[in-house]
Amino acid sequence: MWAFLIRRLLYMVPTLFAISLVAFVIIQLPPGNFLTTYIAELSARGETVDRSQIEALEERYGLNDPVYVQYLNWISGIVLHGDFGQSFQYQRDVSELIWGRLGISVGIALCTVLVSWAIAFPIGIYSAVRQHSAGDYVFTFLGFLGLATPNFMLALLFVWISFAYFGQSVGGIVSREYVDAPWNLGKLLDVAGNLWIPVLIIGTAGTAVLIRVLRANILDELRKPYVTTARAKGLPEWRVILKYPVRMSLSPFISTVGWVLPTIVGGEVMVSIVLSLDTTGPLLLEALRTQDMYLAGAFILLLGALTLIGTLLSDLLLAWWDPRIRHSQLEEA
Amino acid sequence: MGRNPLRRGSDTGSAPASTAPAARTRTPGAESHSQLVWRRFRRHRLAMASTIVVGLLALVAIFAEFVAPTTPEDYSADHTHAPPQALRFIDTSDGIDLGLYVYGYSSERDPETLAREYTVDESHTIPVGFFVEGTEYEMWGLFPANRHLIGPVNADDPMYLLGADRNGRDMLSRIIYGTRVSLSIGLVGVALAFLIGIALGGISGYFGGRTDTIVQRLIEFTMSIPTIPLWMGLTAAVPNDWGPLTTYFAITVILSLIGWTDLARVVRGRFLSLREEDFVLAARLDGCGRARTIRRHMLPSFTSHIVASLTLAIPLMILAESALSFLGLGLQPPVVSWGVLMQEAQNIHSIAGAPWTLLPGVAVTVAVLALNFIGDGIRDSADPYQ
Repeated sequence: MWAFLIRRLLYMVPTLFAISLVAFVIIQLPPGNFLTTYIAELSARGETVDRSQIEALEERYGLNDPVYVQYLNWISGIVLHGDFGQSFQYQRDVSELIWGRLGISVGIALCTVLVSWAIAFPIGIYSAVRQHSAGDYVFTFLGFLGLATPNFMLALLFVWISFAYFGQSVGGIVSREYVDAPWNLGKLLDVAGNLWIPVLIIGTAGTAVLIRVLRANILDELRKPYVTTARAKGLPEWRVILKYPVRMSLSPFISTVGWVLPTIVGGEVMVSIVLSLDTTGPLLLEALRTQDMYLAGAFILLLGALTLIGTLLSDLLLAWWDPRIRHSQLEEA
Repeated sequence: MGRNPLRRGSDTGSAPASTAPAARTRTPGAESHSQLVWRRFRRHRLAMASTIVVGLLALVAIFAEFVAPTTPEDYSADHTHAPPQALRFIDTSDGIDLGLYVYGYSSERDPETLAREYTVDESHTIPVGFFVEGTEYEMWGLFPANRHLIGPVNADDPMYLLGADRNGRDMLSRIIYGTRVSLSIGLVGVALAFLIGIALGGISGYFGGRTDTIVQRLIEFTMSIPTIPLWMGLTAAVPNDWGPLTTYFAITVILSLIGWTDLARVVRGRFLSLREEDFVLAARLDGCGRARTIRRHMLPSFTSHIVASLTLAIPLMILAESALSFLGLGLQPPVVSWGVLMQEAQNIHSIAGAPWTLLPGVAVTVAVLALNFIGDGIRDSADPYQ
């Protein structure tokens, strides 16, 4: 088990390195840099730009160095000192800006995974056991609808409904009266009250996929002879289903976490922008627009790293859950 | 309902008689693979209905200029955020009169907010007709025309069946023009992704070994990066001063660069399982070259699987395009796509005052839903020998 874990962790190193390269290439792709955007903005407002000041800034941020030197400076700063560089826009350390928001993003992603499991599990079992029933059709239809509707569209619909029918304008995770308050039960309830909507919206597509996977798996299992045997031995129906087919069907269910996570992270970015939540989404979008390269790069790098960790966790969970997978992994390692 | 089986029965009864008498005594297995697939697909009612929906959407996309009541740029300062009009069929104002018409608007400005407020003016009817003359357009950019499928009989009358946006442009026309861009981005994007996917997936599956490992690592890596942030980063890098067409292709290429992984996995999986089949071995022992083995013997047995994956990949592209354009990172106005149109619905004022600006999102949902159903239908019927 340990050998497997260590091997997987070692595998992550080159992948992380590749992700950092991709993140850096992306932030270098747009022509010009933050300073040129900034200068263009200043001259558009009719302000004069001091040449020497620009040169001082370029010097300070190393913008004139060759690209690979810039990359080496950036990555060595992160690896050696945990220093993600400076945000041009905010004139602050990127890490200061990023950790809080990343924390909320992770929190929302975790909640979303748990909520989609909680919803998909009973519905998936029900749809499989009562195949072709009215309930099955309703859930299947809702599932397809959830898959087909863009997340941001759902968020917009929600904004519209809450505004038009309840007269509320939504936005933010923490209500105004709690922003500066220390964490207590009231604030926690308030956050939970505001959070369930984005969580549901982000989770729709993932939940729909999970329901379909679970339903298809259980349907496959239900036709197998061992189910008939269990019935013939006189086990009550709920035990027949829960103890064998459901258990067999859960492995793919767990392994989906690996690929559901990137979807959730992406969906979270979109939904947060619409609902103006203080997560990574809006800040990443703004950073990309203003070519705030270190800020944008750090976000892409960290979101990628998080996804890798999520995949690893789901693989470990799978190995713990399913002895067949555990043994084959042990043999490989 | 009751008539359908009868008609189908007479169809199948007459078809063999008129074509070839030998077909009457057909045994299972005498039908070609594609016939079997088609027969199973036809039984999938949702997929068949969706095929019709997608066919209509495609027609709308192809003949957008003609189908739309007006052009997407046609604005009217007097009708900013005009609400949708209901299309009526029977005029009872003086006697009973059959014919399409809508009611006109009367509008006044709210003295405080300066927003226009519209009331339906039932005394003013605007006759609506088919194949009417209206705004001039260039059909496919080739020849000028001014006939529209539907529109007000008097071209100057306002007709906004799905409401108007903040510049008084007709939402229906804009959504119709958007169909062309959004659907074609899905198609072109999937075509590009398919080229990459089938090349890499095929190589990986056919050669196996070290090549396979390298391609697999590449796929795993591409899939491990969260797509939306990556897409956002790449599209943000597309310069603003590129022309609409260049931007369009840049966005399509970016979408396909990330969308190929699933296709490659499907192709590889099929290749791996087919490689071990007896008929492939037989073909090779018969002296078929690699290219011929793949093309003549392996490809036919997984075409339907690939078609299914392709169909299921198109909606993903459409969703991605609309999301990126909505953020302002994808296509830019004056190009009209469903995502670009959704930019109008970005703030609470426009959604609250003019909820019909959300309608392009409904178009996205309908198209994606229909394509998903078709893809599922093909996948279910892809293996007719089961």
